[in-house]
Amino acid sequence: MTKMHLCEDCAKEKSEEMEAHFGLSDLLAGLADMAEIEETDVKKGAKCSFCGFTFNDFRRVGRLGCPKCYETFENQLASLLRRIHGQDRHMGKLPVTTVKGKLSNEAKDLHAFKIKLQQAISKEAYEEAAVLRDKIKEIENKLRKPKTDKRKDDCTY
Amino acid sequence: MHIDDLLRKESEWLKGTGPKSNIVISSRVRLARNFDGFPFLNQANPDVKLKILKMAESLMGKSKFLKGTLFIKMNDISEVDRQFLVERHLMSLEHMQDIESKALVIDDKEIISIMVNEEDHLRIQILQSGFNIMEAWRMIDEIDNDLSQYANFAFSNKWGYLTACPTNTGTGLRGSVMLHLPALVITNQIGRVYQAISKLGLTMRGLYGEGTDASGNFFQISNQVSLGQSETDLLDNIEKLINKIIMRESSTRNMLMTKNKEEVVDRIWRAYGTLNTARIINSKETITLLSIIRLGVDLGIIKKVDMRTINELFVLTQPAHLQKLENKILTPDERDVKRAELVRSKLT
Repeated sequence: MTKMHLCEDCAKEKSEEMEAHFGLSDLLAGLADMAEIEETDVKKGAKCSFCGFTFNDFRRVGRLGCPKCYETFENQLASLLRRIHGQDRHMGKLPVTTVKGKLSNEAKDLHAFKIKLQQAISKEAYEEAAVLRDKIKEIENKLRKPKTDKRKDDCTY
Repeated sequence: MHIDDLLRKESEWLKGTGPKSNIVISSRVRLARNFDGFPFLNQANPDVKLKILKMAESLMGKSKFLKGTLFIKMNDISEVDRQFLVERHLMSLEHMQDIESKALVIDDKEIISIMVNEEDHLRIQILQSGFNIMEAWRMIDEIDNDLSQYANFAFSNKWGYLTACPTNTGTGLRGSVMLHLPALVITNQIGRVYQAISKLGLTMRGLYGEGTDASGNFFQISNQVSLGQSETDLLDNIEKLINKIIMRESSTRNMLMTKNKEEVVDRIWRAYGTLNTARIINSKETITLLSIIRLGVDLGIIKKVDMRTINELFVLTQPAHLQKLENKILTPDERDVKRAELVRSKLT
């Protein structure tokens, strides 16, 4: 912790700076108000079956214990994630491997198309680029849909 | 390749090339990844950390993109060397603490750097000179895809890549751009920049990231949000905002040269004068004055020095760099003298 003595102008600037960085601790402190709701929501003192962490541990440390904690504390984390990110659903890339550890054809295609798109853009072949971009979107949507092999739509555990 | 080799080379991002490099020093993209089936580091005992270190080492050996990289265990190098790596923006300050089972992977161009066992098992980083965040993304995406063929990263379809801290979950992506904004600071517009960026889910930090102040008028702007948007959308948002800030800084620089020309020119030459003649100078003063000179070079007022030299001096005048250049440990007072010598020699 650093102690600073500031004149009025600098203090104003610093406080604007402070507002720009919110801390996880602030959000967790805010969640303390929700404590009552959480306790009724989930079994009291729920422990992660992989690492033994409780939600109170998380509150104290500011970090989760292991990937399985995300599943164990799903409800509380959902609201926390919404507060941090404004969203609670992953919309980014998927790992290129499937559960079985092999590249799906679609993932391979996706990768190839992305490279071609870069090349098209640098060649200024914008029509080609537009076609590729549509193909990429199509595959990404397909990969996001639930698979027929009944892979659960949650943690990899 | 050895750490000392880096001293003799110029790191990628220092070159002073790259798009808009008069205002943008560098662009950085980082991904946080954890091995599935292992606790996060804050809950990992020493045996687990060692296992992760070994897995990481083995993984790096498999990737075609990481051929020729150096795998440096923090335990194996001196404290000065660790500080040297921080000064070159290859690793965070945090990576200098509790060094048991921590490592850093770097390539000789200093574009790729991967921290092992920092806050997450792996923190992959790409640095680019100037404003080039999309190219940095393209490179890191390739590396990430390649590594995923050999390792299972903790991932959930619902919440994306799982990280120790929920603030990084989802894409695990942090994109940041380091900007030099002397004109906005001089004209007291930085407060407004803070307000604008925080409304858009971005944050602003000093020269060495979290917890550091904005010395030398350098600011690192990065996204805070990592979940709920695609990686390219997140980076696109950063790009759009940075473009606006660049335009603002640029027009303010022009404005200073029309409305306050004598004042600005005087300040620049005074800074140049001090740097060229001082016999003792500390880091803080050096960074402050170099910052003004950098502006002077961009405005065409100082013609004898180029941007590359200025960028280089920012790094070479840092404590660990000075000691490595002299090849011995120096006290703060000794460093202040050596620093002044180095600056004078580079500026003439």
